[in-house]
Amino acid sequence: MKFLYYPGCTLKNKAKALDIYARECAEILGFELVEINDFQCCGGVFTTSADEIATKLAVVRALKAAKAAGMPLVTVCSACHNVIKQTNHAMQTDAVFADRVNRYLNDGDDYHGETKVYHYLEVLRDIIGFDKVKECVKYPLNMNIGAYYGCLMLRPGSVIEMDDAENPQIMEQLIKALGGRPVEYGNRNECCGGYVTVTDPGFARKRSRIIYESAETAGAEMIVTACPLCRYNLIKNGADIPVKYFTELLSKALIGEKE
Amino acid sequence: MQKIGVFVCHCGTNIAATVDVSAVAAALSAEPGVVFAREYQYMCSASGQDLIKDAIKEKELTGVVICSCSPRMHEATFRKAAASAGLNPYMVEIANIREQCSWVHKDKQSATEKAIILGRAAIAKVALNTPLKPGEIPVTKRALVIGGGIAGIQTALDIADAGFEVDIVEKKPTIGGKMAQLDKTFPTLDCAACILTPKMVEASQNEKIRIYSYSQVEAVGGFVGNFTVKIRKKARYVDETKCTGCGLCTEKCPVKNVPNEFNLGMNERHAVYIPFAQAVPKVAVIDADCCRMLKDGKCGLCSKLCGAGAIDYKQEDEIIENKYGAIVAATGYEPISLDKFDEFAYSKSKDVITSLQFERLMNAAGPTGGVLLRPSDNKHPKTIVFVQCVGSRCEAHAKKGKEYCSKICCMYTAKHAMLTREKYPDTDVYVFYIDVRTPGKNFDEFYRRAAEEYGVHYVKGMVGKICAEGDKLKVQASDLIADKQLHIDADLVVLAAAIEPDKSARPLATLLTASMDTNDFFTEAHPKLRPVESPTAGVFLSGCCQGPKDIPETVAQAGAAASKVIGLLCKDKLTANPCVAHADELMCNGCSTCENVCPYHAITYIDKEFKMPDRTVKVRRVAQVNPAVCQGCGACTVACPSKAMDLYGFSGKQIYAEVDAICR
Amino acid sequence: MKDKNELIKEQILYQSKVNVRKCMRCGKCSGTCPAYDEMEYHPHQFVYMVETGDIEPLLNSESLYKCLTCFACVDRCPRGVEPAKIVEAVRLTVIRQQGKNKLKPDDIPDIIDGEIPQQALVSAYRKFTK
Repeated sequence: MKFLYYPGCTLKNKAKALDIYARECAEILGFELVEINDFQCCGGVFTTSADEIATKLAVVRALKAAKAAGMPLVTVCSACHNVIKQTNHAMQTDAVFADRVNRYLNDGDDYHGETKVYHYLEVLRDIIGFDKVKECVKYPLNMNIGAYYGCLMLRPGSVIEMDDAENPQIMEQLIKALGGRPVEYGNRNECCGGYVTVTDPGFARKRSRIIYESAETAGAEMIVTACPLCRYNLIKNGADIPVKYFTELLSKALIGEKE
Repeated sequence: MQKIGVFVCHCGTNIAATVDVSAVAAALSAEPGVVFAREYQYMCSASGQDLIKDAIKEKELTGVVICSCSPRMHEATFRKAAASAGLNPYMVEIANIREQCSWVHKDKQSATEKAIILGRAAIAKVALNTPLKPGEIPVTKRALVIGGGIAGIQTALDIADAGFEVDIVEKKPTIGGKMAQLDKTFPTLDCAACILTPKMVEASQNEKIRIYSYSQVEAVGGFVGNFTVKIRKKARYVDETKCTGCGLCTEKCPVKNVPNEFNLGMNERHAVYIPFAQAVPKVAVIDADCCRMLKDGKCGLCSKLCGAGAIDYKQEDEIIENKYGAIVAATGYEPISLDKFDEFAYSKSKDVITSLQFERLMNAAGPTGGVLLRPSDNKHPKTIVFVQCVGSRCEAHAKKGKEYCSKICCMYTAKHAMLTREKYPDTDVYVFYIDVRTPGKNFDEFYRRAAEEYGVHYVKGMVGKICAEGDKLKVQASDLIADKQLHIDADLVVLAAAIEPDKSARPLATLLTASMDTNDFFTEAHPKLRPVESPTAGVFLSGCCQGPKDIPETVAQAGAAASKVIGLLCKDKLTANPCVAHADELMCNGCSTCENVCPYHAITYIDKEFKMPDRTVKVRRVAQVNPAVCQGCGACTVACPSKAMDLYGFSGKQIYAEVDAICR
Repeated sequence: MKDKNELIKEQILYQSKVNVRKCMRCGKCSGTCPAYDEMEYHPHQFVYMVETGDIEPLLNSESLYKCLTCFACVDRCPRGVEPAKIVEAVRLTVIRQQGKNKLKPDDIPDIIDGEIPQQALVSAYRKFTK
């Protein structure tokens, strides 16, 4: 199966690991990621204000490209996924907004949210199946791993619809499939401080500490995330255990550790 | 010659504010056949009714049209008034210019126009009305109560007390319902078992009461006074007539790890069990899903042990068919599932429990013998947080939770907090509330006592997040009065889960053709004036199946429902609705279409001899309506391809006349 | 003529699409907010003060820049009020004005530490600058 792949700006720079491993593993698991041409940055966060059009156009263009290509759109980065999902939802449900966007783009092909949007994890769970992933594992992880969802991957729950936002299981299921032992901790769906790290690093430090201490207390030997900013915040603010992208873990289990 | 009188009601300002009632009266007075038209402030008042009576006598009216509220409200009132003045009551027609006009329109001009049209239609119809005489139907003098909780038990006891026979159908192996699981009851703190179990015993010993436990209603036929009900008595694999309730089998059964539903899964029971010590009937039941003998044919220990020879692995479900004059729904409630409320860590920690679980933890017959120990490690909790309104008072159509207030939670939480502080004074107890709602006799005093005398910390605010960390529950909440975010390390968290109607209520409502609201609570015939009757004749409501309520209110409602049932069963005959179907045998082609669509099985076909024009005799198959069974729904009249079926009081001709009048 | 305050309230309600009247004052948003202790005005107060039209203090408050837009309040509000959208609308009311940007290009060089992901910078720009 083919997916139009939206890597996002961070995956081309600071989060290359998130990107490279995702591509490698897709090949092994039997699905194809076709990188979207000339993608533009999603903006990192969705502006909830209904009167903002310009900040959402880049994502609408990506969604339209997927529609034109007849493929679902897939993302790996939590932030991109959140923005794309929320924008698509606005195009589906807010007629005034959709009309304005369509009239502005005015390319003869009106868009109303037809594109199906997947997070890479959803592809693994809903299309490939974690059983298949498990079959492909060569190097079981055999360690205690705490999944860190943060906020962007789950909320708003009624829009993102990836999992139960209060009791998500998708990453725990992946960890299990890869031979690891998932460690659930209370703060796995709370915020790490996010972009506030830019303007108020002290506050971000407090938030990040709450998260990794919660994971460590619960017995995690590693934290795994899908968000470059979560990873940055946790590492920068003193996590005592490694913080990895889920794709790194996937690759480690399927392909093995690289030199 | 028709002499029709028209009476237009103001209904105070209910109608008059939106409809120009004088214009309606004036316009309708010009309709053909109308000899008298006037308006009045309240037609349903004594003087309003006198107005109608006087006009009938003085003007020798042949028909009456009342432009007023819905016929569901006052049709009976006006028919009675007409009858007392000597007019056949079925010569009265109501034009609903309130619910269907003034209440739903804002523009006075168009509302007035519509009211005139509705009045015109009623006049056209009444001109074709024929006097009808209602027949009589007998009443089966036995009642059925569905549900054996405190609501059902009290209803049955009150009906039996009046001398009528009554059956209770309970789906669980014992009667007692939710109240049997409670520890103490507010606001007087009597022990629930002490006040409930005597009633359970009374019900089982009353010779007028039959209890079908472990049974369910499968089918309901018939109508008010004459219901036929099929009851499935599920196989309990124990002969009720032989079992002495000694409990030996329940101790020796080798399967002993079945979650005990009576203690909400907080301990385990055997595959053969008696739900609790005071169960009624005190008869064991075998859980077929867990019994080794029933699953694999290997074991049979209970049968060997039973001195009474009561175990019967071959027992099968039994279908019992009974006739009843009245049916009472008393199906009760369940706390909602809290699976979607994991911001409170409900599925992540054993020490986050529901209030009903807390009842069991406080109960001497509960899993901890009444010692308050938390489920995870059996330690005394030193800090307890109670969270109110979990899943209650949510927005309409919320993905999780209910829009209504569950009504009982404020009081039972005050009770829990108070009892905890009394038994364990070294425990810190917090109650997070949005509003404390304690209307009821001695209720607010009770809540204040919890706060003032027992030192329960009542915090105005809501818990936002709970994390289970180590052996603590990290509770994060807002204190709106202090304008602070609180962080409490709790040992136990108790969630006051919203309550919802029992899952069996919806399918039962379908069987009873009784209406429900969007929350699956049974609807009353009138929310204020007929609160214990369903709009379906002969079906009555008792307890939480009608809406959330506490024990005092449930018992009061149970008595009210019983009195309505008694009122019905007292009658030897009921007046039948004369507006029933009848077949024109000369036009009937014997096709059976009407028989197939009739929901009440009121139509049968007979072979009948007809004299033909050529003096021969021919046998034809024709439809016959049993007027005692027909409910006048009219399905047959529209289904009949040869227009042989018609309805008294709603004939095809009358309906066409109404339509013509509207379209004129 | 509507006064300036009323116009601002109207604009905030229009942008956010939030019906502030749905709030039943339970305080769950503030109970769940991870930025509570950094804030002078808390989520429930944002909703309440917009409802009552007492918006001026919010416009001048640093609280606007403490909200993490983590949507915890949005998901957990029993009444579906969506307080985060109100905070965002109030913040936009401020930063859309000339010279009111919270984050300026000159601030960036000091922030870059060689590891910070692009995502952090573009997100902060979206939130704090127009």
